[in-house]
Amino acid sequence: MSELYKVSSNPHIRSRMATNGVMLAVVVALMPAAGFGIYNFGPRALAVMMVTMGSTVLTEYFFGLYKNRLTVTDLSAVVTGLLLALNLPVSIPLWMAALGGIFAILVVKMLFGGLGQNFMNPALAGRCFLLISFPTAMTAFDCDAYTGATPLAALKAGESVRLLDMVTGHTAGTIGETSVIAIVLGACFLLLLGVIDLRIPGSYIVTFALFAGIFGGHGFDPAYLAAQLSGGGLMLGAFFMATDYVTRPITIKGQYVFGIILGLLTGIFRIFGPGAEGVSYAIILGNLLVPLIEKYTMPTAFGHRKGGARHEK
Amino acid sequence: MNKAGERLYNGLVKENPTFVLMLGMCPTLAVTTSAVNGLGMGLTTTVVLALSNMIIALLRNIIPDRVRIPGFIVIIASFVTAVQLLLEAYIPSLNKSLGVYIPLIVVNCIILGRAESYAYSNPVVPSFFDGLGMGLGFTFALTCIGVVRELLGAGQIFGLDVLPGSVEPIRIFGQAPGAFFVLAALVALQNYIKARRKEKGKSYEKIGSGCSEDCMNCKDSKGCTKRFYDENASKEKTGEEGR
Repeated sequence: MSELYKVSSNPHIRSRMATNGVMLAVVVALMPAAGFGIYNFGPRALAVMMVTMGSTVLTEYFFGLYKNRLTVTDLSAVVTGLLLALNLPVSIPLWMAALGGIFAILVVKMLFGGLGQNFMNPALAGRCFLLISFPTAMTAFDCDAYTGATPLAALKAGESVRLLDMVTGHTAGTIGETSVIAIVLGACFLLLLGVIDLRIPGSYIVTFALFAGIFGGHGFDPAYLAAQLSGGGLMLGAFFMATDYVTRPITIKGQYVFGIILGLLTGIFRIFGPGAEGVSYAIILGNLLVPLIEKYTMPTAFGHRKGGARHEK
Repeated sequence: MNKAGERLYNGLVKENPTFVLMLGMCPTLAVTTSAVNGLGMGLTTTVVLALSNMIIALLRNIIPDRVRIPGFIVIIASFVTAVQLLLEAYIPSLNKSLGVYIPLIVVNCIILGRAESYAYSNPVVPSFFDGLGMGLGFTFALTCIGVVRELLGAGQIFGLDVLPGSVEPIRIFGQAPGAFFVLAALVALQNYIKARRKEKGKSYEKIGSGCSEDCMNCKDSKGCTKRFYDENASKEKTGEEGR
């Protein structure tokens, strides 16, 4: 009697890390940025985080109840809520924060089929929804700790900025975007775990730096470039939101293309646009281009001619 | 059910041009920033639709088949011009807020669609009521969208403040993305209600009406001269499914 081999269908090589493992890693990696946000802006920052996470998790839970398919345990709603909070100013009314969370999960994610089917990053879509709906509340960066313009707005107005404060994060801005050190710390954790790689963040940041150097009007002045790079949501967006598994291209070549597109869009929005910041819109616009990028960068399978047509013989 | 009432019902509910047929999306999304705009646009279109349907039905035996589309356009454009001049004279505020969308009624696909699919092959009175029903259905849909968008986006209904000033309106609903959100939500609601009624056996399909061009689901398709599908092809298809 020959031994019976069971052949399962592919994929045969599997990661032991399930979705909730990846999501948990992202939550842990966001802790430095979140912690610094609470330290920097006070307990209200914690309240905003609690509200957004509560609204995203509850929305996913109730939608799961309605659809009889509970997906809330994959922790992706927690990540969405936390990322959304990190992208909000600390003074935002709590009901607006909750509304943003509901929009992010319900409209952007669940109505399109849940995790894996969302065509754009839910947290950023939630932020952009709030930004369009409540422009005043979303750009009110005055709080107890800081008054006045964000470093990027000051930079755009031609004023001088304190670069050291921008790197450590002692400056105005959204809750989680101010401290480059905290964000890079979390990103290094994800890089070491292999959850993300440097393809998208690297090509994004390099492209943006080149664009800012060429068109920014200051040449490749290191102080200006460093201020542009560490100001606003660029670092948070590049490491935590552009690398979102669902809304980035799956092909390696495509990921470089994606990063370059994000860099160009961010540069155009920041330097030629009316506002000082453009990372959120750049990333969600880039998300929309992902199917197209994948279509043109999909490697040719064996037995197929280049261009996708099947080999005749 | 008499012909006129049935036509009105068809336009308002069963084949509502906005929620069911998904026609005329351009004015639907563009002008519904407020309830008044939606209502004004809907009523303007209704007048044009009913009158042009009537005239086209009158002339249906005179207009040659080959040039019927230009013929329709001439008739519709005449009515639109007349209506626009009337609006300019009597309701200039509405004319101003609807702007370019009034002359664009000429190319509204609901009007051309009804002319082509109903008025061109039916008598005058049912055609008039078909236009009236479709127009009222369009008006109803646009007003609904306008009310929701105005309430959420500006905190008002028909220009009256209903939300307390402390509640900040969600401005996105007054802008283009909001139109898509509200339209999608209302279509979903309408489909939900229809599905519920169907479960209870109160299907809308049971009420006879004119041709909906949906021969696959039409009970009168046997012996109908207006066929939009090849019967043999569909037989083969069902045969395959049977196997």
